[in-house]
Amino acid sequence: MSNLIEIENLRKYYPVTRGFLSKKRGDVKAVDGVSLFIKEGETLGLVGESGCGKSTLGRTILKLEEADSGQILWRSRDITKSRKSQLKEFRRDCQIIFQDPKSSLDPRMTVGNSIEEALIIHDIGSREERTRKVGELLLKVGLTPDFISRYPHELSGGQQQRIGIARALAVNPGLIVADEPVSALDVSVQAQILNLLMELKQELKISYLFIAHNLWVIRYISDRVAIMYLGKIVELADKNELFENPLHPYTEALLSSLPGSRNRKVLRGEVPSPMNPPKGCRFHTRCEKKLERCGSIEPEIQEIGKGHFVMCHLY
Amino acid sequence: MTAETILSIENLKTCFYTKKGIVKAVDDISFDLLKGDVLCIVGESGSGKTVTALSIMRLVESPGKIIEGKIILDDENLLELSPEKMQDVRGNKIAMVFQDPHSALNPIFTIGDQVTEAITAHQICTKEEASTKATQLLELVGIPMSKERYHDYPHQFSGGMKQRVVIAMALACHPGVLIADEPATALDLTVQAQILDLFLELRERFEMSIIYITHDLGVVSEIADSIVVMYAGRIMEKGRSIDVLEAPMHPYTKGLISCLPSETGKIVPIPGAIPGLINPPGGCIFHPRCVNVMDICRMERPPMTKITDEHYVSCFLYGGFNV
Repeated sequence: MSNLIEIENLRKYYPVTRGFLSKKRGDVKAVDGVSLFIKEGETLGLVGESGCGKSTLGRTILKLEEADSGQILWRSRDITKSRKSQLKEFRRDCQIIFQDPKSSLDPRMTVGNSIEEALIIHDIGSREERTRKVGELLLKVGLTPDFISRYPHELSGGQQQRIGIARALAVNPGLIVADEPVSALDVSVQAQILNLLMELKQELKISYLFIAHNLWVIRYISDRVAIMYLGKIVELADKNELFENPLHPYTEALLSSLPGSRNRKVLRGEVPSPMNPPKGCRFHTRCEKKLERCGSIEPEIQEIGKGHFVMCHLY
Repeated sequence: MTAETILSIENLKTCFYTKKGIVKAVDDISFDLLKGDVLCIVGESGSGKTVTALSIMRLVESPGKIIEGKIILDDENLLELSPEKMQDVRGNKIAMVFQDPHSALNPIFTIGDQVTEAITAHQICTKEEASTKATQLLELVGIPMSKERYHDYPHQFSGGMKQRVVIAMALACHPGVLIADEPATALDLTVQAQILDLFLELRERFEMSIIYITHDLGVVSEIADSIVVMYAGRIMEKGRSIDVLEAPMHPYTKGLISCLPSETGKIVPIPGAIPGLINPPGGCIFHPRCVNVMDICRMERPPMTKITDEHYVSCFLYGGFNV
């Protein structure tokens, strides 16, 4: 399988300014040198705590944020420097689903118009064809065609999220970045949406970059999983490999903080500020297995087993 | 050996009188909290968990109203107390921790002042005594350098730390019962684990009984001694934690558990969504989503059926017919 998206050493900093002359005080290093790839038809789960940069990474890959440095290859084409006008095909191919379905739908547009808008922008079909397509999409996401004339406020959270999915699907994308698509939903509805996303992936051969902080959701839906901490990927491996044989101390702690797991390790402290990340390994301030050099030298990311990458001095 | 019941809820009913109609947010529920127990109320949003907690505290605001029932704490029915007396009970005997620590703290007062206020509101002591005690409380809930941080403002604290401060305020008067309404839901996973541990530690230390409200069955399996499963304002099943989690009876409880991935990695969602509470379905409120629905479920509301002394379920599959 070929790579749908490949990113190399991607960086996104947000300057922090202060005072009358907006003097620069530093940077929030939201994404700080991330490399990864997503194959066709694959789901890459991206896990991390709040503020670790996972949403920024998703948005930067989609070029909703301009990367400061690094490279984005889309179907082997470098699009890092491409201008807006050259990106239309990329925009069609790569879609996003947001966390809060309510705020991502226009309250004054009917469901039908919201979905059709995507088709109009990309010049797909005549008016009749579009209406037919919207009906099909509604069926595909588990709703009925009579939703076409309803407004978002008439729908439940789960139904709204289904509309968000239908909108992303409308233009037959190759990649969908799903940014916490189920965390605003109730457990029973979460399960419905997850199963829907799985079915759609089987049927349409879509790739997902699935961003979440909930580990069981990630375990359920992903093929490979990347763990992010303070702007960096600290571990990346096949799902089963990662959950059964976690190498990075942070991954270990994260997995053991899953309620119900035996021998829990509760991490001390909290995530440091991304404006002033600790020197050396960024995790060393909370790490139990800290070595001397962890405080001064930043570890390189290295491949331990087949496709199992980890960024830690222990290995 | 039967443990002592510290708080007993009997046939509690709380309604909200909205313009669109009457919402029965809590509809005839009863359960007991045993001394030293952690009782988890589990349910999805809109199931009435929070309204139950607010009813116990008598903090339900208009247009909501507690219609009937009894809330018995120390042989006193809280619903019959005068507002002044109830004010005394709140904080002293029962305290509550809310979901969102950001909005539970006042941004323009220091952390220390807010904890001190919680102490002086209920206890007769000098300002110095209270502030010494506040410092101790902050240390107890795991705030490092509590003396220095006493003078910090809420915005200088992270979410997890703020929640610790709120817990310190709740502990100010050593309440016998602590109600925690999704206290860790807004926090990160690793911080959530810290807060759960803190609760268990505090229970040991102060011999508190805790009502812990959550929608996360993982959390429940971690800390609960007993469980109340709520759905659309009613109790579907209640019992000891082991019984409910290992041998769930009600189709809703089974459904909730199967929404989490099992060993085989499959999840089976519950079809449909929670009904609107203005015009709830007749009979058993869960019947439109139930896989085992029978004719009687559409007609009658199932009573609480006793399975064992401690395990009750509200479902016709286990009897309860009025012959």
